[in-house]
Amino acid sequence: MMSKLKGLTKKQLFLPVFSMLLVMLLNVIYDIACGHAPLTFFTIAVKNGILYGRLIDILNRGTEAAILAIGMTLVVSSSAGTDISVGSVMSLYGGMCCMLLAGYGNVNVSNYAVPLLVGIGAGLLTTCVCGLFNGFLVAYMNIQPMVATLILWSAGRAIGLLLCNSQIVYVRVPSFQKIGGYVGPIPTPIIVAAACILVASLVLRMTALGTYIQSVGINKKASRIAGFNSAKIILLCYVICGLCAGLAGMVATSRIYSADTNNIGLNLEMDAILAVALGGNSLGGGKFNLAGSLIGAYTIQAIDTTLLSLGVSTAQSPVFKAVIVIMIVVIQSAPAKEFFKELSKKRNAGKGAASV
Amino acid sequence: MKKLKINSNTLLLLITIVLFIVMYAAGCIVYASKGFTHLQTFLNILINNAGLICVASGTTCVMLTGGIDISVGSVVAMDCMIMAVGIERWGWSSPVLMLFILAIGLVFGLVQGFCIAYLDIQPFIVTMAGLFFARGMTAVICKDQVSIVSDKIFTALAGYKIELPFGGYVNKKGTMLMPYLRITVIVALLVVLAIFLMLKYTRFGRSIYAVGGNQQSATLMGLDVKKTRLKVHMLASFLASIGGICYCLNTMAGTTQQATGLEMDAISSAVIGGTLLTGGVGNVLGTLIGVMINGTISTLVKSNGKLISSWSNIITAILLCFFIVLQSIFARIKEASK
Repeated sequence: MMSKLKGLTKKQLFLPVFSMLLVMLLNVIYDIACGHAPLTFFTIAVKNGILYGRLIDILNRGTEAAILAIGMTLVVSSSAGTDISVGSVMSLYGGMCCMLLAGYGNVNVSNYAVPLLVGIGAGLLTTCVCGLFNGFLVAYMNIQPMVATLILWSAGRAIGLLLCNSQIVYVRVPSFQKIGGYVGPIPTPIIVAAACILVASLVLRMTALGTYIQSVGINKKASRIAGFNSAKIILLCYVICGLCAGLAGMVATSRIYSADTNNIGLNLEMDAILAVALGGNSLGGGKFNLAGSLIGAYTIQAIDTTLLSLGVSTAQSPVFKAVIVIMIVVIQSAPAKEFFKELSKKRNAGKGAASV
Repeated sequence: MKKLKINSNTLLLLITIVLFIVMYAAGCIVYASKGFTHLQTFLNILINNAGLICVASGTTCVMLTGGIDISVGSVVAMDCMIMAVGIERWGWSSPVLMLFILAIGLVFGLVQGFCIAYLDIQPFIVTMAGLFFARGMTAVICKDQVSIVSDKIFTALAGYKIELPFGGYVNKKGTMLMPYLRITVIVALLVVLAIFLMLKYTRFGRSIYAVGGNQQSATLMGLDVKKTRLKVHMLASFLASIGGICYCLNTMAGTTQQATGLEMDAISSAVIGGTLLTGGVGNVLGTLIGVMINGTISTLVKSNGKLISSWSNIITAILLCFFIVLQSIFARIKEASK
């Protein structure tokens, strides 16, 4: 029994799943304390033809972080660095897309200036170009990922603001709001996230891309000698990350049917990086686990939602987030692991002595 | 006379200095009518960025060891909030509060440094948690904006002008205006000087470079790498606290959204000033010039008057891009010549 348990704790997915369960447990305790039914957290009801429940809310709100986490996982794995520009790139998508849809200079429209698909397409293309730019600097110019992406971190939001003339551009068209709204009873963002996850996992499973990325991350030189084009693979990862940022931006923009360039994706890069780390992936590159990152992303959202329901304001919740993160990474750290090992060794030794 | 050796690193610093001078000269020529040539414009850049100079000096030290500290912006915000709430709500006197803030900075750095150096957790994650923590604490302490009005010592410090005896100009009304400095500028310049001397002449300063250059060989040399990394993080948070006080003397208020992104400004200033994120290469004087370049850009954009403020971000980003590409090219040349 003990050894089975030990085997379980060694699995990479143990930590993310464990923290997710912990958050859920906290919710259950809270509900009992408040006198609600103990399983309020898990109940999903249909009200006014729309799915309703805390779980749905977490899935819905966690969409952006989850989509970003996909791209971030690949970037971290292949280049041993983080892409800190994703939040800004999301906002750039918002600026580009809404500027095209509303026409430059218009602030509040209820008709498209160009077809919806053109707007979205141009937005996604822009973010892919951003990814290409980041990837080029990292893969071909050998610049540390954080510094390379610092450029767009600073410029992305600024260009978005420029496109919108420093104003919030509203696009009040139902079909535009749909992406951030509902399809039937289900929130569209959940569907978008599910589609992204499905495509990503299919591509990583069906093709050898995942293996390539990991091998480049583990040893760039060795992979090049083994015949992979390491630089191209890293470049590809950054382009995928840019695309993911665009998709996340698409959801975030449609949710508020406007390009609030100052606020879209603010600090979301931190959440995405956190999700990757929570998922048990090393930020030093190499092996990755996409499922872990995704669970990590939703866990972060669950923490946020839980704190909100506990009455902690959004401005204050980072304190708790920070404490949770530090606790998790300290437990994960090598010296702590050694300490626990020593502890169990001592206990075993004590047992042995007692039996003699 | 000692011959000045020019290698790629000093060349980078030279380029930065030349760029700064060219940029400033261009501003003087184009915006001469808007008072760009006045000495005060230059001093205003220093006054506006005094806090950032302190913060960036600390960031530079951390970057020299090959680490990173992204928590500093939030620490500045937290300091400002403690200062404001401490004076207005708790009724503490400002000198006590300043000591309190500096102590908090040290403790903050100690915790972060311990996690990074002794528990071997990636600096980015630890300081990101620090960023969240400090930013959240700002809101926990107080959710509203608090302006500092009631403390006499603090307002006197903030309002004190150190007038220079030269470089004055006569304004439209015919009165002679002397250029002035604030106390924060003196503090910031002293910090830069102290860090410069420390990096150059002390044991601790040299071990910072050694650790950043190569951790393994530093260990083999007998340096206590862990202790150095711990100390450098304490230094960075301490300097961030000094920066926070300077920042607060400038804004005279505490809000939750204060100094967002300041950590990135500090990092970009250091990078423009020639500090490599991989560690071992860099100089705090370069960082000072990096901050000045950032300040000059925003002053230029403001002087233009027609451009919206996001242009200064874009121009900074372009410069940053230029510098890191240059650094990478130099690194490649160095590699090839080996």
